[in-house]
Amino acid sequence: MAQLTCDSVTLGYEGKEILTDLSFSVSQGDYLCIVGENGSGKSTLMKTILGLHSPMKGTITTGDGLKPTEIGYLPQQTLVQRDFPASVREIVISGFQGKCGIRPFYSKEEKRQAAENMKKMRIEDLAKRCYRELSGGQQQRVLLARALCATQKMLLLDEPVAGLDPKVTAEMYSLINELHSEGITIIMISHDIEAAMRYATHVLHIGKDVFFGSKESFKRGMFMDGFSFNKKGGERNG
Amino acid sequence: MVEVFNKLADYFQNVPAVRYAFIVGILIALCASLLGVTLVLKRFSFIGDGLSHVAFGAMAVAAVVGLTDNMLLIMPVTIICAVLLLATGKNSKIKGDASVAMISVGALAIGYLLMNKFPVSGSGNVAGDVCSTLFGSTSILSLTETDVWVTIILSLIVLVLFVLFYNKIFSVTFDEDFARATGTKAGLYNLIIAIIIAVIIVLAMNVVGSLLISALIIFPALSAMRVFKSFRSVTVCAACVSVFCASTGIIISIIDGTPVGSTIVAVDIAVFVVFWIIGLIKGGVKR
Ligand SMILES: Nc1ncnc2c1ncn2[C@@H]1O[C@H](COP(=O)(O)OP(=O)(O)OP(=O)(O)O)[C@@H](O)[C@H]1O
Ligand SMILES: [Mg+2]
Repeated sequence: MAQLTCDSVTLGYEGKEILTDLSFSVSQGDYLCIVGENGSGKSTLMKTILGLHSPMKGTITTGDGLKPTEIGYLPQQTLVQRDFPASVREIVISGFQGKCGIRPFYSKEEKRQAAENMKKMRIEDLAKRCYRELSGGQQQRVLLARALCATQKMLLLDEPVAGLDPKVTAEMYSLINELHSEGITIIMISHDIEAAMRYATHVLHIGKDVFFGSKESFKRGMFMDGFSFNKKGGERNG
Repeated sequence: MVEVFNKLADYFQNVPAVRYAFIVGILIALCASLLGVTLVLKRFSFIGDGLSHVAFGAMAVAAVVGLTDNMLLIMPVTIICAVLLLATGKNSKIKGDASVAMISVGALAIGYLLMNKFPVSGSGNVAGDVCSTLFGSTSILSLTETDVWVTIILSLIVLVLFVLFYNKIFSVTFDEDFARATGTKAGLYNLIIAIIIAVIIVLAMNVVGSLLISALIIFPALSAMRVFKSFRSVTVCAACVSVFCASTGIIISIIDGTPVGSTIVAVDIAVFVVFWIIGLIKGGVKR
């Protein structure tokens, strides 16, 4: 059974449609890369999956033991205000808030896991530093550690490497790859087709041409006729 | 210096009004500063201002209707407005701005109109009445024992709520979308924040008057943010700064006979300048 299923979903804002009739599904352990031009609706799709925005038509369902609130995510731009005073530790542990319910304070176990996630993201030295004084790459890793606190099952990443230099980009990709090999399902938005080809297991291309399928079939399509797929094209192998 | 202290000690022992003023002033300053950080960071500073005008309007209405206990009207009206303004969500930001301005100026105008049309105190000194409601010039030394108890109880409730919801307030302030997506009931916590703010504003009206409340809420937070860098240290520092400014302000106003509200705010401004300079020195040339 799939962890996440989008069934003929239409996305848009205030009656204006951006994407129509999109269907795809993601299973446990997949690494889905979402590609498409600027403004094609990638971030909108992500917000819809997260339940921050409702689809105009169609349904998005979670299954296979995944609850809708167990999806961690990395926002495209940090909506966080530039001058927000917060230490790295405070931000990372806030990932557990959704699980707290009405419990007012974090448990010992949560504090331990937060420390572990910081170690995993190699930011344990930064724990006491102020978030707004970190570099872009460090900030991304802090938010990734927070997302890990929120979930151990599925991560949504909206352009995690935007604005990072090649070295830091490579580090970021290998971190994400590590998480994937630990069994976390990854859905990543990216403009970096090359990286998508290297790490992903599945590709979703949205825009004028819609494609969903395995990486191999995407490659075949790409080499045959550039980026032109038929509208509902793409089979799902695997 | 010693003389001044003796005079103060004397006041403190023999004049209950001075004791009340200290208790009420410090408690309110403490409560007001706690949520200042959230208001400033959520870009909600203007809402504090709007709400205080609403409280002023409600007070005028209560006085005209002849309610013996103003709180009964002011508190619910302010809470309802706070909920309406804060809970409309950030998506209607522009509309939100305009509606805050509308409600705030509207309440101010109606309040003044009513106070003019139906003078309350019978003293015929409308300008004086309005002035003391807006700037809280005298009321702090005319607090009754009931006022003090009401303030103590409400402040304790606010403090307990703040401590219990501290982590949730942080999440919702830092990144509301993430909190919502991962299952935090952001709407509920925004509502709680709105209610706490309304309560604080109504309480603070007694001390600084309705025009200066925002200063009490915002200045300590802004000062603390100049120097401290984690949410917790900023919150703690804002609380300390606020209590310090309130007590200094009250002392100065007792000794010098200056209006309490504006004196406290003046001290707040002075402290802000000091923190700003410290921040500049600590942070090098940044900003
Ligand atoms: N809040 C909004 N209200 C109305 N329209 C919006 C809103 N947010 C985005 N849009 C529109 O929806 C379309 C898709 O936006 P979206 O942010 O999903 O694109 P994207 O694929 O993520 O682009 P990018 O690659 O630049 O991140 C754009 O045309 C944009 O103008
Ligand atoms: Mg985007």
